[in-house]
Amino acid sequence: MKIDWAALGSVFGVSLAVTVGLVTLFTLGIMGLSRRERAVAQGNSATLAVTGAYVCFAACAAAVAYGISLIMTKA
Amino acid sequence: MENFSLILAIVVITALAFDFTNGFHDTANAMATTISTGALKPKVAVAMSAALNLVGAFLSVEVANTISKGLVDENGIRPEVIFAALVGAILWNLLTWLVGLPSSSSHALMGGLIGATIASAGMGAVHGDVLVTKVLIPALAAPIVAGVAAMFATRLSYTLGKKADGKAAEKGYRAGQIASAGLVSLAHGTNDAQKTMGIITLALVAGGVVAPDSDPPTWVILSAGLAIALGTWLGGWRIIRTMGKGLTELQPQQGFAAQTSAATVILASSHLGFSLSTTHSVSGSVMGAGLGRKGGVVRWSTATRMLVAWCLTLPAAALVGALAESVTNLGDWGTAVVAVFLIASSAAIWKLSRREVVDASNVNEPEEPAGVVTTAIAAVTPPPAGTVTEDLTATIPAPATTASPDPATPPAAAV
Repeated sequence: MKIDWAALGSVFGVSLAVTVGLVTLFTLGIMGLSRRERAVAQGNSATLAVTGAYVCFAACAAAVAYGISLIMTKA
Repeated sequence: MENFSLILAIVVITALAFDFTNGFHDTANAMATTISTGALKPKVAVAMSAALNLVGAFLSVEVANTISKGLVDENGIRPEVIFAALVGAILWNLLTWLVGLPSSSSHALMGGLIGATIASAGMGAVHGDVLVTKVLIPALAAPIVAGVAAMFATRLSYTLGKKADGKAAEKGYRAGQIASAGLVSLAHGTNDAQKTMGIITLALVAGGVVAPDSDPPTWVILSAGLAIALGTWLGGWRIIRTMGKGLTELQPQQGFAAQTSAATVILASSHLGFSLSTTHSVSGSVMGAGLGRKGGVVRWSTATRMLVAWCLTLPAAALVGALAESVTNLGDWGTAVVAVFLIASSAAIWKLSRREVVDASNVNEPEEPAGVVTTAIAAVTPPPAGTVTEDLTATIPAPATTASPDPATPPAAAV
């Protein structure tokens, strides 16, 4: 009986890193958007926050696209 | 497609029936968090999941090929063995659905195959070490990996996102949940629809209809994709309720963290060659998300029941598969008996499920005060129906319990 600890360990590490990374990016993006909401309510603009938010969301979208490509080329 | 024998036709139909149960059993994996946090309306959620399952079924045939080429020795297996395996898997899926517990459809199928193979070829045909490395270890690892990831992600999103509120945040978390749930649906379509394709192809090879080592025929891909999509679209509302509400109360941030973790674990594990069950990953990540929020509570009683179901999945499906195989061994009438038994017990389980209907209208209601009380309350609350039942209970006390659930059905069906 040979348990593939290396594969299990890498699954654990990759999953943890990717999940936490994605959720962090996404939360940052949402923070940017709600900052804009507050800024608009006060009549200001928040260009930096909004740009940052869209960069974060673009990274998340790229991760989703990579996920779909993984599904399609599954070996 | 000449000499398409009767037993082969039965196997194909049973395999499609299994695919269908697989669909509605696993809707919860993709959509439970989305539904319970209100990111999508229940019916929209299952429709989207069904469409993505169908798309997923056409994306690749690699998984189907690993099942039909090599996992089981194609020379020794008879269509009857596959039939018996499917009977065990279907019955276990229906039974766990009835009690609203998520369990792995793949484990049920594997259990059925193991049981049927033991009954047909003896103990020696099963490799115990493969069982441990491919089934037991992943079953333990999946919820832990997904749960830990979801817990950290939830904790982080609550600390980071303290200032994230208002309409923008609400819309954002909705979109995020839908995206990650879609990814899980797509992955489920490629994985699970293809398991059925693999099984059907295996049966066709065993019956001598298609040559060994061939890809699944187009009609197999199409019908397997449709069967799983139809099952998904019907929605296993009982399991969705357990996953979305029964294990823990989920807020949108938690739903997003849980679903992202599940999607990541599923894709990472299958990409790195250590495949983890979708059901186990999602259950684990939901619990992790529950633990990650301050003041979040995981209902360990529900979790324990779920764990027991996971442990029983393989042996129970194996037992039914073995019994079914030994009966089909008695001859053609034995196969007929098993087929009739399968249909009769499926009908009985469905009948039992109608005693307490769970559907799109009440999927988000809490689970605990279930049973006659909830149905009675539901019957009394709407004014027109309420007067009728009160009259009934006043005049004839005895049949009140049987009469009261009836007025509850129309509002449930109307929504």
